[in-house]
Amino acid sequence: MPESNSEALVRFENVQKSYDGEVLVVKDLNLNIAKGEFLTMLGPSGSGKTTCLMMLAGFEPATHGEIYLDNVPINRVPPHKRGIGMVFQSYALFPHMTIGENLAFPLEVRKMSKSDRDAKVKKALDMVQLGAFADRRPAQLSGGQQQRVAVARSLVFDPDVVLMDEPLGALDKNLREQMQYEIKHIHDRLGVTVLYVTHDQSEALTMSNRVAVFDDGVIQQLAPPDVLYEQPENAFVADFIGDNNCLGGVVTEESENSCAVQTADGSNIRANKINIAGKGQKSTLSIRPERVIVNPEDGKVPNVFQAKALELIYLGDHIRTRMEVCGNDQFYVKIPNSSHHADLNKGDVVNIGWNEYDCRALDAQ
Amino acid sequence: MASHTEALKTADGISLKLSLQRSLRRKKRNALLLVAPLFLFILVTFLFPIFDMLLRGVENSITEEILPTTVVVLADWDPALGKLPEEEVFKAFTVDGQIAAKAKIISRLGKRLNYEKSGFSSLFRKTGRKLRKFDPEKLTSTYKENLIKIDKKWGQVETWALLHRESGSYTKSYYLAALDLTQNAEGNIEWKEADSRIYIDLFIRTLWLSCLITFLTILLGYPIAYLLATLKSKTSNLLMILVLLPFWTSLLVRTSAWIALLQKEGVINDTLVAIGIISDDSRLSMIHNSTGTLIAMTHILLPFMILPLFSVMKTIDPSYVRAARSMGATGFTAFRRVYFPNTIAGIGAGGILVFILSIGFYITPALVGGVDGTMISNFIAYHISTSLNWGLAAALGAILLALVLALYILYDKLVGVDNMKLG
Ligand SMILES: Nc1ncnc2c1ncn2[C@@H]1O[C@H](COP(=O)(O)OP(=O)(O)OP(=O)(O)O)[C@@H](O)[C@H]1O
Ligand SMILES: [Mg+2]
Repeated sequence: MPESNSEALVRFENVQKSYDGEVLVVKDLNLNIAKGEFLTMLGPSGSGKTTCLMMLAGFEPATHGEIYLDNVPINRVPPHKRGIGMVFQSYALFPHMTIGENLAFPLEVRKMSKSDRDAKVKKALDMVQLGAFADRRPAQLSGGQQQRVAVARSLVFDPDVVLMDEPLGALDKNLREQMQYEIKHIHDRLGVTVLYVTHDQSEALTMSNRVAVFDDGVIQQLAPPDVLYEQPENAFVADFIGDNNCLGGVVTEESENSCAVQTADGSNIRANKINIAGKGQKSTLSIRPERVIVNPEDGKVPNVFQAKALELIYLGDHIRTRMEVCGNDQFYVKIPNSSHHADLNKGDVVNIGWNEYDCRALDAQ
Repeated sequence: MASHTEALKTADGISLKLSLQRSLRRKKRNALLLVAPLFLFILVTFLFPIFDMLLRGVENSITEEILPTTVVVLADWDPALGKLPEEEVFKAFTVDGQIAAKAKIISRLGKRLNYEKSGFSSLFRKTGRKLRKFDPEKLTSTYKENLIKIDKKWGQVETWALLHRESGSYTKSYYLAALDLTQNAEGNIEWKEADSRIYIDLFIRTLWLSCLITFLTILLGYPIAYLLATLKSKTSNLLMILVLLPFWTSLLVRTSAWIALLQKEGVINDTLVAIGIISDDSRLSMIHNSTGTLIAMTHILLPFMILPLFSVMKTIDPSYVRAARSMGATGFTAFRRVYFPNTIAGIGAGGILVFILSIGFYITPALVGGVDGTMISNFIAYHISTSLNWGLAAALGAILLALVLALYILYDKLVGVDNMKLG
């Protein structure tokens, strides 16, 4: 992805936002979004995602900093001149207009001729497979259909950027997955730049080119989905994205790429040095459950510890096992449901181990 | 396996439809029982009296009661021929009149007929007085001559024509009067003389003032309701109390306050004179005319506009306007095309509420309306309590009711009553 400033279509530069003059909801945001990119803001509730969208769309002024669209600062441009499409969580379809009129609205205010308008509306509705619904009112459509109309309406006037604020939040799981696919499909076809907001991590991982993980008004990590999962840079991201085991300890040894961390119960763990403050400082170790090996062969992995199985949860393709290891009784291991592992029982004590590379030493939590 | 054509049955073998009907019937009966007390109350205290009142607008049994035989023989007479009735009519009238005069009820008929034509009250009083002492044994002339001797009006065809016209059990004369119409001697309906026409103008003025008041409340109430609906709930609750405050003071007090403010020597005029905007001898007359009615009623009815507007605006998702703006609409276009159409239901509800209330408003116009600020309800009240012409009052009331219903139907056609949101 392009990192240079001039190539970015949308650029947040040192943007801060406070609603009440006391708390910074967005703290020093720097973000470049490339043309054609699908970038997702992912974060817990109240982390400032919607606020960022509102600043970009022009409904909230930035308290400090500048936002650029196509290298033009837009802080003083009113919302209707920004040419940014938007899909709201509540869809915001105008209830007093038909679907066709809803879609024609942005074209009408642009003074487009009636024939051009009709052609574009039809094309946009066909794109979301709702061509036959032009004369219905929004209330006469199902939630999924309304959602598709909202997407079509945000795209019908060919905006450069489309903002989507949790557009799938109100849908059930099946429909949500189907819509994720459709939105992604439309994005691929039109090449429009999408800034997407969600707090559903699987949605973020499946749809995006890059994901910005938000917490407390700060981007914790900005990376493609696979990097985010495989190489989290801090404890928050490691914990927020996917299943994760955390072990707290103190750094006892530090070399160029690796380090050793001692946990409270005295176990020494070799870890991949990522983001630590230095020798003698606290650190959090992150190990993905599927990277833990049960009964590792001797000498194959540097970290081998005795663990006691506390709980077994049968999940079909794998068995999620809660174990006590290195003084932590919330340590989960994902055991594939293949014959030679099926003999583990509650209360059994086994050896488990993991690679140095799979154990990431991150900042203290 | 049961075939599909066979009727469905419940577990105990009764047809499903039947048992559904039964359970629904029980539900209906319960619902009826719940509304029954209120229904009876309204029936006895409201619907019957109103029905009775409306009936008075056409009811005319008094002639029949007081002149029972006269009415029968007069029925064969045709006033269009221009000749006086036969002797038997005069005789019947003399007999009926004497009985009624002795029972001292004949003047009531005179009063009734006086509504149709002035002079009848005194005619009947005089005739009654003479007939009470009349002795048929001593009659030397015909009954006809005798009556004409009592008053020469009995020798005029018009007198008998009026009696003939008003001898049925029902009359349309009250309704005609309420519409400034009258029946001439030939029985044709025509306008009253220009200087005695009052009700049409009054209806027009009532409608016009009500429209104006409705319009003013929309104009003043819309921004307030918008402010209330968009402010933080803490502030808007406080402001809402201010809007509702007038409800806690009596209507009479509020109206009197307007008198204190608006009169010639009142606060507003004094202030304007004091700061030199107007001179002392050109004080504005803002009260005891239609301006006074307009100002006071707009103020009093404003909450009835704000409340439905507010409750509708409260439900409008703020993202509608944002969506419109993100699609390229200016603030004004977003308001006009998106926000405003969604508030029409509130405008309709508030408008119809204010309009119907003001069309029948009584106290305020009576106190501040003067001559050209009174409304139709003031005249209805006048005929009920002062002139005691209840028939005319009933006719005026019924016409008012019909007007309101017609407007309501028109509103339903244009906006749709289902769209109305009152809260
Ligand atoms: N209009 C506002 N006035 C004052 N504070 C606000 C306003 N809007 C949001 N906030 C505060 O700013 C913070 C961030 O809100 P924001 O809506 O951006 O969160 P979010 O990340 O979108 O959360 P969610 O996932 O729940 O939608 C929250 O603490 C919220 O209380
Ligand atoms: Mg949000």
